[in-house]
Amino acid sequence: MRAAAWNMLKKDTLTDRFNEDQVMKGLIQGIADNRDRTCFAKLFDTFAPRLKSFMIRKGASPELAEDLVQETMISVWRKAGLYDPAKGSALTWIFTIARNLRIDRIRKESSMPLSELGDYDAPSDDLGSDDRLAQRQEQQQVAMALADIPVEQKQVIMLAFVEDISQSEIAERLKLPLGTVKSRMRLAYARLRKSLETYN
Amino acid sequence: MTINHHLDTATIMAHAAGSLDEALSVVTASHIALCASCREASRQASLLGGEILGELEGTAVSSNCRSQTLCMLDTATLHHYPKKLKLKNALPGPLNLLLEGKSLDEVSWTSKAPGLAFCGLPVSAAARGKLFLMRIAAGKAMPEHGHGGEEITLILKGAYNDSLGRFAAGDVADLGEDFEHKPVVEEGAPCICLVATEAPTRFKSWSARLLQPFIGI
Repeated sequence: MRAAAWNMLKKDTLTDRFNEDQVMKGLIQGIADNRDRTCFAKLFDTFAPRLKSFMIRKGASPELAEDLVQETMISVWRKAGLYDPAKGSALTWIFTIARNLRIDRIRKESSMPLSELGDYDAPSDDLGSDDRLAQRQEQQQVAMALADIPVEQKQVIMLAFVEDISQSEIAERLKLPLGTVKSRMRLAYARLRKSLETYN
Repeated sequence: MTINHHLDTATIMAHAAGSLDEALSVVTASHIALCASCREASRQASLLGGEILGELEGTAVSSNCRSQTLCMLDTATLHHYPKKLKLKNALPGPLNLLLEGKSLDEVSWTSKAPGLAFCGLPVSAAARGKLFLMRIAAGKAMPEHGHGGEEITLILKGAYNDSLGRFAAGDVADLGEDFEHKPVVEEGAPCICLVATEAPTRFKSWSARLLQPFIGI
C-alpha cells in the first residue's frame, strides 16, 4: 500500500512539485532582476490562495488572513533579491516569511521581530557549491518523507505546522503524554533527515 | 566554539513550525545562531513547512486583496536587514537584538541569593514562558531541581557540570519536564546562561522551595 502510494507520488506529485518549484524560482528571479510585475502576479496567483488557507488554519479571520497574505507577498517583492535557492525551495522560503510575519503580528510589541532576523534561521555560508547542486531536488525528498511518515507522526506534525498549537497543547488535544508527542516529532524529523541524507 | 549539547529535535521541529512559545524560541534561535548542526536541522525542518504549505488546498483570495497588493508594489522599497550590531562579545544575534547590543556586564542584574543574580528579559504579552539571564558564581551549586514544565538553558559564559556532563558556552540544556538535575558551576569564573521556562522550576528540597519565591524562577 505504502509502496503503491509512493509510486503514484513519485510519478505525479514529485514531478509536479519539482516543475512548480523551478517555475517559482524563475518568477522570483524575474522580480529580483527586473522588478517584473507579471512574474509577481503569477506568483501571487499561485501562492496567495494557499497562504490564505494557511493563515485561516492558524486561526486568523478571513480578513486578517488576506491582510497577512498581502504582507507576505509584498515581502516577497521586497526580498526577492535576497532569496537563496541553496537554502530551500521557493515554497519553503515563502513559508518562512509567512510564518515569521504571522508570529510578529501576534507579538505586536515584541522587541525581537522575526521578520528582521532573516528568512532562515540565520544567514549562513555553511553550504559549498557542491551542496547547492545536490539540494536542487531536495524538496522532492521532503515530499517523499512526508508521504512515508506514519499517520500518528504526521498528525502531530500537521498540528504543529498548520494549526497554531504547542506540543503540550497537542498532547492535551490527542490525550497523549507530552513525551509521546515529542518522540513522534523526533521520529518524524529522523525520517526526514534520513531521506535527505540518502539523497545527498 | 565546540558545542557538545544540542537542542532536542522535537524543539527544532516546533520552532520551525512556528508553534514554540516565544520565550523558548528566543533561546532556541540563539543556540541555532551559534550551532551549525542545529542550524542545518532547523533548515531541514522548515522544508517540511514548505511542503505542507504546498499541499494545502487554496482558499479564494478576494479581487480587492489582489489589486491592492499589486497597487502597493509602486511604493514598496527593497528590503534591507538592519545592520548587524557591533558585537562587544560573542553573543548570538537574536539575544543581541533583545539586549540592544549591550554586553552581559551592562545589563541590570538583580541579586536574588548569595552568588545568584537574574536579569529578566522582555517578552510580549502573548508569551506563556519567562525569559531571563541567570548568573551563578564560580564554584556554586544550584539546588537540585526538576522542571515541572519546559525549560531551555543556553550557556553564554563559564561552565557547569551535572549528571549529563559539562555544559560550556554555546551548549544548550533542553531537558524537558521530567529531568532533575543539580548543576555545579566550575571554579574560576561565574556561569551566565540564557534561560526560558514555561512553568515554574520546582526545587526539590524544602529549604530550596522556601527560597523559590525570592529567586523568582
